[in-house]
Amino acid sequence: MTRVRVPWLFLATVAALFVPALGSRFYTFVATDVVIFALFAVSLNLLIGYTGLVSFGHAAYFGAGAYATGILMKKLAVPFVLAWPAAGVVAGLMALVAGFFCVRLTKIYFAMLTLAFAQIVWAICFKWNDVTGGEQGMPEIPYPELGWMSALPILGDWRASDHFYVLTVLLVAACLWLLRRLVGSPFGRILTTIRENPERAEFIGVNVRLYELIVFVIAGAFAGLAGGLFGIFNRGVFPDFAYWTKSSEVLIMAILGGIGHFWGPAVGALVLLVLNQQITSYTQYWPFILGSILIVLLFGFPGGIVGALAGAATRLRKARGA
Amino acid sequence: MIDPSFLFAQALSGLTAAMFLFLIASGLSLIFGVLRVLNFAHGSFYMIGAYLAFQVVQWAGRDARSFWIAVVLAALGIAVLGGLIERLLLRHLYQREELYQLLFTYALVLIISDVAKVVWGTGQLSVSRPPGLSGAFRIFGTIVPWYNLFILVLGPTIALAFWLVLHRTRAGRFIRAGALDREMLGALGINVSRLYTGVFVIGSFMAGLAGGLVTPVKAIVPGMDVEIIVEAFIVVVIGGLGSFWGTFLGALIYGQVLSFGILIFPRFSIFSVFALMAVMLIVRPWGLLGRPLKT
Repeated sequence: MTRVRVPWLFLATVAALFVPALGSRFYTFVATDVVIFALFAVSLNLLIGYTGLVSFGHAAYFGAGAYATGILMKKLAVPFVLAWPAAGVVAGLMALVAGFFCVRLTKIYFAMLTLAFAQIVWAICFKWNDVTGGEQGMPEIPYPELGWMSALPILGDWRASDHFYVLTVLLVAACLWLLRRLVGSPFGRILTTIRENPERAEFIGVNVRLYELIVFVIAGAFAGLAGGLFGIFNRGVFPDFAYWTKSSEVLIMAILGGIGHFWGPAVGALVLLVLNQQITSYTQYWPFILGSILIVLLFGFPGGIVGALAGAATRLRKARGA
Repeated sequence: MIDPSFLFAQALSGLTAAMFLFLIASGLSLIFGVLRVLNFAHGSFYMIGAYLAFQVVQWAGRDARSFWIAVVLAALGIAVLGGLIERLLLRHLYQREELYQLLFTYALVLIISDVAKVVWGTGQLSVSRPPGLSGAFRIFGTIVPWYNLFILVLGPTIALAFWLVLHRTRAGRFIRAGALDREMLGALGINVSRLYTGVFVIGSFMAGLAGGLVTPVKAIVPGMDVEIIVEAFIVVVIGGLGSFWGTFLGALIYGQVLSFGILIFPRFSIFSVFALMAVMLIVRPWGLLGRPLKT
C-alpha cells in the first residue's frame, strides 16, 4: 500500500485563514495565540526532539525577539518588514553567544546553563528601565501598517486584528515550511544521528558541537521570530516573556503534542491554549489542571497526542492488513 | 568611605540568608547526588513547609512551645509527602530520560502552588518570632534579632550533623555509595530502591524544616516556591551538584554576592547572581567542590 503524503501545512494554513471569517473577535484572538506558539514550540523541538538537547531556557530567545521588534517599532518607528526579521537576528545572535557555551555541556548541565542564560536575559529585561521599560514592560507596541489589506476583496471588511492574524498565519506558515525542509534535509538527519548516539556521530566525522551550535542558533532565531509576532499581538512586551516558567510552558506544549513528530509541538500549542481558554473561564486554577494533565501524559502517553494517534493509526493499519 | 558597621550588617544579613539557602539547597543537592533527579518541586516543599508551620501555630496558639512544635511538624509532614511522591510516582520515571523527570517535578510545582492557594489563599501570612527569641541585641552598631543569631548557629550545626550522618554512619555510607555507583551497591545486596526513598525523604525533610524556620523572617506568599528554587539551583551549581560542603560554600557565596551586589550595582544584583551561575557552569560545571560526573 502506498502511503499518501498529506500536505498538513497547506491544509492547516488554509483552515487557519478561515478563522476570521467566523466573525468572532475571540476566535481570532485565540487563533493568533495558537499560531505564534506553534512556531515557538516547533522551534524548541528542533533541540529536544531532533537533537536531544533539553533546553530549559528557550523563552530567552522568544523574549529577546519580542523586545527587539517592540523596541524597534515603538521607539524607533522602524517598519515591520525590518523590525520583524531583526527579532530573528537578535535572538539568533544571543543564541550564538549562549549556545557557544551551552553545547560544551551535556544533559542536566546543558539544561542548567540554558536556564541560567535565560534568567540573565530576564534580569536584564527586568532591570534595564531605559531600554526595556523594566518591570513595567513596554506597552502599546503598534500594529504593522497593513492598510493595503483593506483594499483586498473579502479582507477589506475585517478588523485590524484580523489583518494582523492573516499576516501571522502566512509568516508562521513560511517559517514552519522552512523548518520542515530543514529537518528533512541531510542536516536534519545528522541532528537525529547526534540525538541517537553522539559518540558514534563523532566517530563518523561529524563535528557534534558545531552542529549542536548551529541548530541552537536556528532554534533561537525562530523562537525570536515567534516572540516578535507575539509582542505585537500582545500589544506589549514584558520581562515575563523570558522568565523560566515561560520556558517550561513551551516545553509542556511540545511534550503534550509529542516531540517525536514535526507537527507534535504545534498540536500541543493548539490543544493547550484552547484548553487554557476554556478552563480559565470556569476556574482560576489552571496550573493545577495543567500539572495534572502533565502527570497523566508523562505516565500514560509519553509520546504525546500525535505519538498516541500515530501509534493508534499504525495498529489500525496492521489490523486491517492482517 | 562606607561605614564599617553598615558593611557588617550587610555581611550578617547575607550570612542569615545563606543559612536558609543551605538548608534548602542541601536537600536538593543530596537528592540530585544520589537519585540524579533535579527536583524543581523542592521549592514547593519549602513553601508548603512554611504554610504548615503557620497552620500549626494558628492551631496551637501563642505559647512558647508552639513554634518549635510547628517547625518539627512541618518538616515531618513534608518528609512524609516527599516519601509518598517518591514511592507512588517518581520511582516509575527513573528509567526514563531526564526531561521526563524534570517535567514531572515541574508538574508538582504547578499542582502544589494551586493547592496552597486553595487552602491558604493568596494573601501574605506571617508568624511572629518565638517567645524567648523575640528580642534583639546590638553589636558594632547593628541591631541583630536573637532569632537571626539562632539561625546563624543552627545552620552550621545542622551542616555538621548532616555531615556526621553521611560520613560516620552505615546509612550514610550507603548513601554516598549510591551516589557513586548504584548498580554496584545493588549487586552488593543493598536495597537501592529503599535507599532512594530514604534519600528523598531526608531531602524533603530539609526543605520542610527550612520552610518552617523561615516563617518568622519572611512573609509566606504564593510564588516563594519558584523564587527560592532558582536561588537553590544557583547555590548548588556554585558549590557543585551533589557536593555537601560545596552546597554550604555555595550558599555562603550566594548570600554575600547578593547582599553586596546590591551595594555595588544596586540595579543588577539579580543579574550578578545569574551571571555567577553561568560563569560557574562554563568554567567548572561540577562546581567549586564537586566532582566531574561520570558519563
